[in-house]
Amino acid sequence: MGRITLDKVTKSFGDVEVIPPLDLTIEDGEFTVFVGPSGCGKSTLLRLIAGLEDITSGQIRIDGNDATSVPPARRGLAMVFQSYALYPHMSVRKNIAFPLRMAKLDQAEIDRRVEGAASVLNLADYIDRKPGQLSGGQRQRVAIGRAIVREPAAFLFDEPLSNLDAALRVGMRLEISELHKRLETTMIYVTHDQVEAMTMADKIVVLRAGHIEQVGSPLELYRTPRNLFVAGFIGSPRMNLISGPEAEKHGCHTLGIRPEHIEVSAEGGPWSGVVGVSEHLGSDTFFHIHDTGLDETITVRADGEVGFSHGDRVSLTPREDVMHRFGADGLRMA
Amino acid sequence: MATKASRSAARLMMAPAVILLLGWMLVPLTMTLWFSFRRYLPLRGGDQGWTGFDNYVRFVTSSAFWPAVQATLVIVGGVLIITVCLGVLLAILLDQPMWGQGIVRVLVIAPFFVMPTVSALVWKNMFMDPVNGLFAHVWRFFGAEPLSWLSEASMPSIILIVSWQWLPFATLILLTAIQSLDSEQLEAAEMDGAPKLKQFWFIILPHLSRAITIVILIQTIFLLSIFAEIFVTTGGAFGTRTLTYLIFQRVLESQNVGLGSAGGVYAIILANIVALFLMRIVGKNLDN
Ligand SMILES: Nc1ncnc2c1ncn2[C@@H]1O[C@H](COP(=O)(O)OP(=O)(O)OP(=O)(O)O)[C@@H](O)[C@H]1O
Ligand SMILES: [Mg+2]
Repeated sequence: MGRITLDKVTKSFGDVEVIPPLDLTIEDGEFTVFVGPSGCGKSTLLRLIAGLEDITSGQIRIDGNDATSVPPARRGLAMVFQSYALYPHMSVRKNIAFPLRMAKLDQAEIDRRVEGAASVLNLADYIDRKPGQLSGGQRQRVAIGRAIVREPAAFLFDEPLSNLDAALRVGMRLEISELHKRLETTMIYVTHDQVEAMTMADKIVVLRAGHIEQVGSPLELYRTPRNLFVAGFIGSPRMNLISGPEAEKHGCHTLGIRPEHIEVSAEGGPWSGVVGVSEHLGSDTFFHIHDTGLDETITVRADGEVGFSHGDRVSLTPREDVMHRFGADGLRMA
Repeated sequence: MATKASRSAARLMMAPAVILLLGWMLVPLTMTLWFSFRRYLPLRGGDQGWTGFDNYVRFVTSSAFWPAVQATLVIVGGVLIITVCLGVLLAILLDQPMWGQGIVRVLVIAPFFVMPTVSALVWKNMFMDPVNGLFAHVWRFFGAEPLSWLSEASMPSIILIVSWQWLPFATLILLTAIQSLDSEQLEAAEMDGAPKLKQFWFIILPHLSRAITIVILIQTIFLLSIFAEIFVTTGGAFGTRTLTYLIFQRVLESQNVGLGSAGGVYAIILANIVALFLMRIVGKNLDN
């Protein structure tokens, strides 16, 4: 069980309010991702849930019980830190066994659980090594192992993959998703990586300056961003946001259209411009189009084989059905 | 030092320092060795030629030798225990955010800057004097008979004085070590269910082990040769005659350079045994 409810939670450091009153419910077994720009309070929120910081006002409930003043160890949550925070003088086995030793389990049970975690995470080859003798990915696994042996009500991850290289990150991302499918335990995951958020989450919470901007499934956020901030934040490359006469023509203040929803061709579209930089990724090509008369650069995604080059004049066709219209207040219009 | 080239380059660059140090130490060492085999009484006939191992035999068979070794070990051991234990506590305390931290830190470091002779004099006259000392006043305030510290509790007094001098050193080294501890490790331990005391035992203390061995190593080397504190306070009486002090007495009070030199050679051997022993511990500790 691991249903976590935040009720009008606030947090101030001195007289700086980092988290204004915030309500959020995380359902049991859900994989929730917190995203937001740097400094928006993701880590702070996670640490409030963990109990490593005291909340200034409000209430945190875990499975319906008030946990606001329960010390971290007794909340039944396990945290995986960005720096892994392994105990450097203990072997991998001792690291993983540490929470169990603290809980005074008997040795047979400790051994059984450590073996279990080691086999789930493929740690067996280096179980007697010290953390200093492991690679980043292996350390990450040990940190996760130390979290799962406790059989917590929920896992908290604070940017666990940001110290890994790109290839390893993809691998670990899959492993964590896999683990979630297998354990069916609540997981809260902080990241500022778009792809991690989109691929892993059941539910994404977009934060800005401590405010929740929108909560929803990855596709909900992608299809119907509630405001300009979410529209610009979710999706890579960013959504094109066009204001001025072209937006007014569509009856809104700002018109949003994603790069993948614009067709680029030699001629025939309603908009036209000159190709600037093109980024070839192999499967896709991103063109940055200038001089469209839409008052900014437009980014367009095309197939990898589309062969326009710098300085070519091209024509653009946006898909009318997936345009996003935002009002002067920045909110989505119907 | 990974490659052969870098190893030999390192050797070459270290050579001047090594040669200088060797010369620096070899000259006095050879002179000590030389005198230790001679009968040399400056005021009673001067240098009277070779005596073989006579000085060595006389030094260890003298009734003062074993008590001196014991006194040395007791002082070194006592000071080490006190400075390391209190040093760890103080370091943890000073690491907590508190009001006036900068000033408190300077105050804690201050005793280290006081010369041993001066600090021993201050302790002897201001604190431990049986008539006018601060301790005597405190004792009398509680209606107790003032202790004449330096004669009745001579060993503890000297250990106290020397500990007071070396505590800042231990605290300083341990404080920097504590500050290098990743706070996420403590938070992880807290989440893992370790209360404060267990966090100290399982996380902080192992983290400090390297710094503690370094403190022990450096202090031992310096403590084996303390002299001023004893000279100023008890003058080697009341069972506080250490090996260093015994050598001093042999050379200057008995005017027997040969005998004193032989004692010096013993002291060198003792220091080397201790150093070897400690090097192995430190080596083992620095490996991981
Ligand atoms: N102990 C503290 N004292 C004062 N201010 C703090 C403290 N911890 C965090 N803050 C402030 O709270 C805000 C949110 O910090 P937080 O670490 O939660 O950001 P974040 O969203 O995790 O950012 P990042 O993505 O860079 O990790 C920041 O403006 C930060 O300066
Ligand atoms: Mg953070």
